Amino acid sequence: MDFTLKIWRQDGPEAKGKFVTYQIKNISHDCSFLEMLDQLNEQLVDKIEKPVCFDHDCREGICGMCSLYINGRPHGNDSGITTCQLHMRKFKDGDTIVIEPWRAKAFPIIKDLVVSRTAFDKIIQEGGYVSINTGGVPDGNAIAISKVDSDLAMDAAQCIGCGACVAACKNASAMLFVSAKVSQFALLPQGKPEAKERVEKMVAKMDELGFGNCTNTGACEAECPKEIKLTNIARLNREFYAAKLS
Amino acid sequence: MTVLNSKIPQGPVSEKWTYYKAHQNLVNPANKRKLDIIVVGTGLAGASAAASLGELGFNVKIFCYQDSPRRAHSIAAQGGINAAKNYQNDGDSVYRLFYDTIKGGDYRAREANVHRLAEVSNNIIDQCVAQGVPFARDYGGLLDNRSFGGAQVSRTFYARGQTGQQLLLGAYSALSRQIKKGTVKMYNRTEMLDVVIVDGKARGIITRDLTTGKIERHFGHAVVLGTGGYGNVFFLSTNAMGSNGSAAWQVYKRGACMANPCFTQIHPTCIPVHGDYQSKLTLMSESLRNDGRIWVPKKKEDAEAIRAGKLKPTQIKEEDRDYYLERRYPAFGNLVPRDVASRAAKERCDAGFGVGSGLAVYLDFSSAIERLGKNVIEQRYGNLFQMYEKIVDENPYETPMMIYPAVHYTMGGIWVDYELQTTIPGLFATGEANFSDHGANRLGASALMQGLADGYFVLPYTIQNYLSADIRTPRMSTDLAPFAEAEKNVQDKINRLMSIQGKNSVDSFHKRLGHIMWEKVGMARTKESCTAAISEIKALRQEFWKDVRVTGSATEFNPELEKALRVADFLELGELMAKDALNREESCGGHFREEYQTAEGEADRQDDKFMYVAAWEYQGDGKEPILNKEPLVYENIKVAQRNYK
Ligand SMILES: Cc1cc2nc3c(=O)[nH]c(=O)nc-3n(C[C@H](O)[C@H](O)[C@H](O)COP(=O)(O)OP(=O)(O)OC[C@H]3O[C@@H](n4cnc5c(N)ncnc54)[C@H](O)[C@@H]3O)c2cc1C
Ligand code: SF4
Ligand code: FES
Repeated sequence: MDFTLKIWRQDGPEAKGKFVTYQIKNISHDCSFLEMLDQLNEQLVDKIEKPVCFDHDCREGICGMCSLYINGRPHGNDSGITTCQLHMRKFKDGDTIVIEPWRAKAFPIIKDLVVSRTAFDKIIQEGGYVSINTGGVPDGNAIAISKVDSDLAMDAAQCIGCGACVAACKNASAMLFVSAKVSQFALLPQGKPEAKERVEKMVAKMDELGFGNCTNTGACEAECPKEIKLTNIARLNREFYAAKLS
Repeated sequence: MTVLNSKIPQGPVSEKWTYYKAHQNLVNPANKRKLDIIVVGTGLAGASAAASLGELGFNVKIFCYQDSPRRAHSIAAQGGINAAKNYQNDGDSVYRLFYDTIKGGDYRAREANVHRLAEVSNNIIDQCVAQGVPFARDYGGLLDNRSFGGAQVSRTFYARGQTGQQLLLGAYSALSRQIKKGTVKMYNRTEMLDVVIVDGKARGIITRDLTTGKIERHFGHAVVLGTGGYGNVFFLSTNAMGSNGSAAWQVYKRGACMANPCFTQIHPTCIPVHGDYQSKLTLMSESLRNDGRIWVPKKKEDAEAIRAGKLKPTQIKEEDRDYYLERRYPAFGNLVPRDVASRAAKERCDAGFGVGSGLAVYLDFSSAIERLGKNVIEQRYGNLFQMYEKIVDENPYETPMMIYPAVHYTMGGIWVDYELQTTIPGLFATGEANFSDHGANRLGASALMQGLADGYFVLPYTIQNYLSADIRTPRMSTDLAPFAEAEKNVQDKINRLMSIQGKNSVDSFHKRLGHIMWEKVGMARTKESCTAAISEIKALRQEFWKDVRVTGSATEFNPELEKALRVADFLELGELMAKDALNREESCGGHFREEYQTAEGEADRQDDKFMYVAAWEYQGDGKEPILNKEPLVYENIKVAQRNYK
């Protein structure tokens, strides 16, 4: 398969960026999207040009590092997957593919398609944990937790922190990400003692870091590679108002 | 020559750890604040250590090359984590986990370390549950277990197919809490490029800020490496793209020993290679072997017809299928340890019975679906099936999966004593980066256990025994000569790489190295293949240093330079692996020397000659390393030929 690629190139955080067009030929159906970019980069190195920078590590949809905005959609035109799980068989021979970085004030561009998502770490540092130290905890089976709650907590805990929800949202809101962590702990007895403080602090940090407000458009849920549900945002709101009222 | 002192405490094996803890030196709270500890790596081993040390009151600096500590390679672990809880009442115990791990490792691991690992395994589960890790539960609300290869009990705890993710996020949450408190300072997108030794002790590291290229010096009273394994020396592996052996290699060159570097685990259930552009291999969790049955056609004609696309696997009649693991190993069947399963697959494919490209076997769920229903299988493995379908474009509910072995884990690593300290005082190694617990073969679900055991429950004790003698050592200035020397060493290497301006890309060298390693130091090794590998790697290394092309500059975000630095080290490490494989004239665990096999094709250990840890010591560029031997003594387990029949 042959493709025309329009890729966002930007030398550094302060530099001005622009789209650059590349042609790539003879790509196999079974090739992954990032392997297609690897081949482009090999060609660029061959021509003594700078390869296109993009983030990636596990290449199996779990580390949350890959982050490409492909033809107007975070992680491309398939559902329930990350960029690294996208395969070229999802495109048509001869397609033009536009590749951009995540765009959000809170995720500054480092270079080309690479952005900084340190803001997500800062939100977790505000309360995305149970405040216990190593050792001195009860037996793992000391408290029974209903399978239903534990499964729901696991659904939320699957978030990989990729930031596609922010990239998909016209307000660049981080609500889906924050709600996933808040929900995981809200559903489990271990998380209860700190529930009030957790939700208040995490939401305040999110606002402070420049993420936008949630206006319930649902674009985040549609693009989330781990299919994190909007019901988590509803749960976050309940937790948040309960905290405010108490 | 280094004297290897494993510092194993006195007493019966089941009391050694208790004895150690009761007699070790500790650091009092007021002094902890005055001590700085550097932790490199934010995987299970690094994050759990840094969080625990921060809680104790030490000043910790932690580093990772990814954009966030949560993305360390541990995140990708799927299947589960072992513990000797015996919640299933099926006869498990600390002793049994200890025994299974030593036996699974083919009697090449240290008894005392492994027993301690089994002892603390239960604390890990308690700790993770308290953190809010959503382990799988049964309908009564209690924790669920599954079975894994190499064990006859159900002792594996899991969180769907994302156990590593949930455990790592647990450790990351504990780490985040300490970062907020200010006891731990996080350096992401920062790569360690050398260790600094002052007066014979590890006192710091040199790093490169990956976003700006800035080289920096960091002081620590002690340095801990939790930098993971080096499986990517094979280019294609199930490791993350950035996983590397560089930190281990830097400390090796500064005097730490590399132990059993040839012990590599080849995992039996990975998606087969499909093209030369391929960048990595994907693991299909071993837990699939609980319900999936592995087979190839009994008749060569059928295998040929399948390869030619003229027959489908579903058209092969039951009696024409060879369930070769069930046939050869009736007691364990599809649940034999990884090394055994991998070699058996290679044996069938080499004999001409492979499917797909010829290098693949089937993993079939049809009888499990018939027995349990599609629903149950979907609940157990839904996400894995979906992952398979996304990659291969075939539906495993309808047609068997195709799998083939791939490089997965390195049992070898930095030599450490009972305290997890290397031969450089003040330098510790945890998790996959050290060699200690898995011998010649690691059992499934035991790496997560070891990483967290080291980080939560072992290192926070043992490091204090070292640091207690250091409470009067003030923080050192990074202007000291050894820091300047190490920085210059790093800068020179970078300058040299940037100035070559050759014709071939870094990846092209990495692929060629991977090819040599896979063909000659892979699943089956011989004297000839190892000898050939050594000279081929030497030649490739020379070519690399003459002809590699690193584009861009060293003072910017430059992934080509990052890769070049790692491949330069792989080109040296690969040679040491081949040397170690050549030296070890026996077959054990994942190390299979074709010359040493029984009449049935099983590994033939040479206990009288090789019951030792091979700890290699660097002597300088171009010089032969020294081989130090740590004899292995088995006092609690009767050494036997592993038998899974
Ligand atoms: C696909 C897959 C599935 C697996 N499934 C299981 C399973 O089900 N059960 C099980 O027990 N085990 C499993 N394993 C093995 C297990 O995941 C690993 O052995 C384990 O997670 C290693 O943890 P670690 O903390 O030692 O290292 P890693 O998680 O590899 O972390 C290494 C860290 O070091 C950092 N680092 C490396 N070099 C440098 C440097 N020079 N400078 C700065 N930072 C550096 C990295 O950034 C990273 O943070 C699996 C492995 C794979 C590949
Ligand atoms: S909620 Fe979904 S899209 Fe957002 S960070 Fe988590 S996994 Fe990514
Ligand atoms: S590279 Fe890890 S999720 Fe894509």
